[in-house]
Amino acid sequence: MSLIDLVVQSAQWKGEAVDVFISGGRIKELAPAGREPVSESVQAVDAKGLVLLPSLTDVHTHLREPGFEYKEDIASGLAAAAQGGFGQVMAMANTNPVNDTASVTEHMLRQAQAVHPDGPRLYPIGALTRGLQGKELAPLAELAESGCQAFSNDGLPVLDTELFRRAVEYASDLGRIVIDHCEDPFMKPAAGINEGVVSSELGLAGQPDAGEAIQAARDILLAEYLDLPLHLAHISSAKSVELIAGAKRRGIKVTAETCPHYLVFTEEEVRGYNTAAKVNPPLRTQQDVLAVRQALREGVIDILATDHAPHARHEKEVEFDQAPCGVSGLDTALSVTWALVKEGELSLDDFLRAWSSGPCKIFGLDCNGFAPGDPADFLLFDPEAEWEVTPGAMLSKGKNTPLLGRVLTGRVRSHFLLGRNIVPSR
Amino acid sequence: MSEPRQWRHKDLLDVSQLDRDDVAHIFEAAAYFQEINSRPVKKVPTLRGRSVVLFFAEPSTRTKTSFDVAGKRLSADTFSLAKSSSSLRKGESLKDTALTLQAMNPDAIVIRHESSGAAQFLAERLECSVINAGDGWHAHPTQSLLDAFSLHQQWGAMDFSGKTVLILGDIAHSRVARSNVRLLTMLGAKVRLCGPRTLMPATLKGWPVEVCPRLDEAVRGVHAVMCLRLQLERQQDGLLPDLREYAVRYGLGLRHLKAAAEDAVVLHPGPMNRGVEINDDLADTDQCLVLDQVANGVATRMALLFLYLTRKSPVSGYATD
Repeated sequence: MSLIDLVVQSAQWKGEAVDVFISGGRIKELAPAGREPVSESVQAVDAKGLVLLPSLTDVHTHLREPGFEYKEDIASGLAAAAQGGFGQVMAMANTNPVNDTASVTEHMLRQAQAVHPDGPRLYPIGALTRGLQGKELAPLAELAESGCQAFSNDGLPVLDTELFRRAVEYASDLGRIVIDHCEDPFMKPAAGINEGVVSSELGLAGQPDAGEAIQAARDILLAEYLDLPLHLAHISSAKSVELIAGAKRRGIKVTAETCPHYLVFTEEEVRGYNTAAKVNPPLRTQQDVLAVRQALREGVIDILATDHAPHARHEKEVEFDQAPCGVSGLDTALSVTWALVKEGELSLDDFLRAWSSGPCKIFGLDCNGFAPGDPADFLLFDPEAEWEVTPGAMLSKGKNTPLLGRVLTGRVRSHFLLGRNIVPSR
Repeated sequence: MSEPRQWRHKDLLDVSQLDRDDVAHIFEAAAYFQEINSRPVKKVPTLRGRSVVLFFAEPSTRTKTSFDVAGKRLSADTFSLAKSSSSLRKGESLKDTALTLQAMNPDAIVIRHESSGAAQFLAERLECSVINAGDGWHAHPTQSLLDAFSLHQQWGAMDFSGKTVLILGDIAHSRVARSNVRLLTMLGAKVRLCGPRTLMPATLKGWPVEVCPRLDEAVRGVHAVMCLRLQLERQQDGLLPDLREYAVRYGLGLRHLKAAAEDAVVLHPGPMNRGVEINDDLADTDQCLVLDQVANGVATRMALLFLYLTRKSPVSGYATD
């Protein structure tokens, strides 16, 4: 028997008190608290009152480096991820230069290794088309070999269906999934507000939910025709949910994500021309919130992702129609979604699937299920700790969230990756 | 005439901030200034030493001139800042422009801006009064107040109950329509909207209006028609096939008024596109109040400048030192 390096004692796991034995950065055993003797020489962590969770995986972030370091860089983005409970982070390609060549991917990976050698682990997402221009394929094999875990034209959906089809086919040879940002590029793209009651009243051009659903429908039909998997990013509307549910009933290999903000906010948040609530796709109606929640419970929407989109204060502190879209999410996502577990809106199993096993399965990442041999990637989470969302409490450079000033419940106390605590100060 | 009371609002962003008493107060003051405007010497010293910045980030001649005249007739100093000459052209943010203006310590800023919400953006950051002279598609409270003041004088009543007003044209992109729906319904009128579906807001849920897409039917029994200016770029946006077709279907002519109530009047915020949204035969009749609106615009804006600029230090009368 290999030596135990670390034992976490009396953590709450699915309602039971457990001890976690870790050896060589892997789970050795999960045992009822106190059952196994612990030698005095072993480093022990008292986790009484803390909840044990696997370290979470976020498949949709914008870390802005290279090119937009004033919004976020890999150091600050991963620091926010570590504190926010995310041990594995996938980062979108809309950097400057765009991540469409090996040198950019390698730069990102090198940077992550330099600033956060023990993690969170960064998985770049390569551009699907060169320069995200939607005109020609990016060198997908080169990108995959240099470390891109998936491909996407996020933010600039590929209008040319033939090109998109070829991209999905080409990526499948490489064992990589394509993530599509569903938005009809002609129907008020990036309006950042739903077309509806609030937009009509405020006198703003809104993006209709049909704009998202039309593109989702195209993707679903394509996935069916090609019999290939396709992942739909940040689903926000009841209409899209209905299409995805139908696709899944027919056995089409689509998977889908939604984001915490679509579970808790509606278009009402934009009133007062609140640019912190300007996001793409936009916050929609209460009916959409309920549909998205239900879809997540039923597995129609497979997973959660933050779509962490940090922006500088001066970019958001402008006229509503001039502000960029995006919500900073890594710092707050866990608390926001844990609240739904507490309210009984999501089960713990839904939560674990949405943030851990689900994304790992779709994108082929390592996952801690607390089985012997699993990576010792886990959180000790204080479910009662209240904290106010202030610029100082957020580690992301982007303070752009409608949650600013609100009090959330639940805070990561320790975050272990391969048995090593990456937020030791807490 | 009663003495002016202290005004409780810092900013005028839209008419939804006001109640009926506020509106009555504005109309009373406007009526007073209307009388001043008919004198040979059209100037009173009331606002001497106060300053008003006219910050027009979007081209506007009529509204800006109207505010300028209003300020000068009250002896306020007015300063203009237009986008073409302003630092906004040089990439300065609205926030920095606002802070710069604030540093000059004006008593009020009148803002016209192409972004909905721009007036509120300024008001949240400035200590001086902000008067919205039109923000994007959102609101144009001074226009709707002068429109309602014109109808108030026409009808001789503060209560518009029993009256139906038709707003005709490009509702979706109209700040005038949005403010007028709010104000006219507050005063008791029924509001009917008419225009092609492509120029209607995405949803009218929550709007206290009735919609009638055919002009012939929409004018039936109405006491006033508010014609909106058709922005010619709507055709380029693909919302209309061409102006000819719009003029045929929605251009208001004298013949339409036959179905309206007796003595029905027509308003237009100007400038008019004759032959597009309004026909010549109607534009030049007494039923068309467009020139009264211009005169009432000055009086209404004098009333507003008066109320907002004296809110912290009330004066004993509308025309005093």
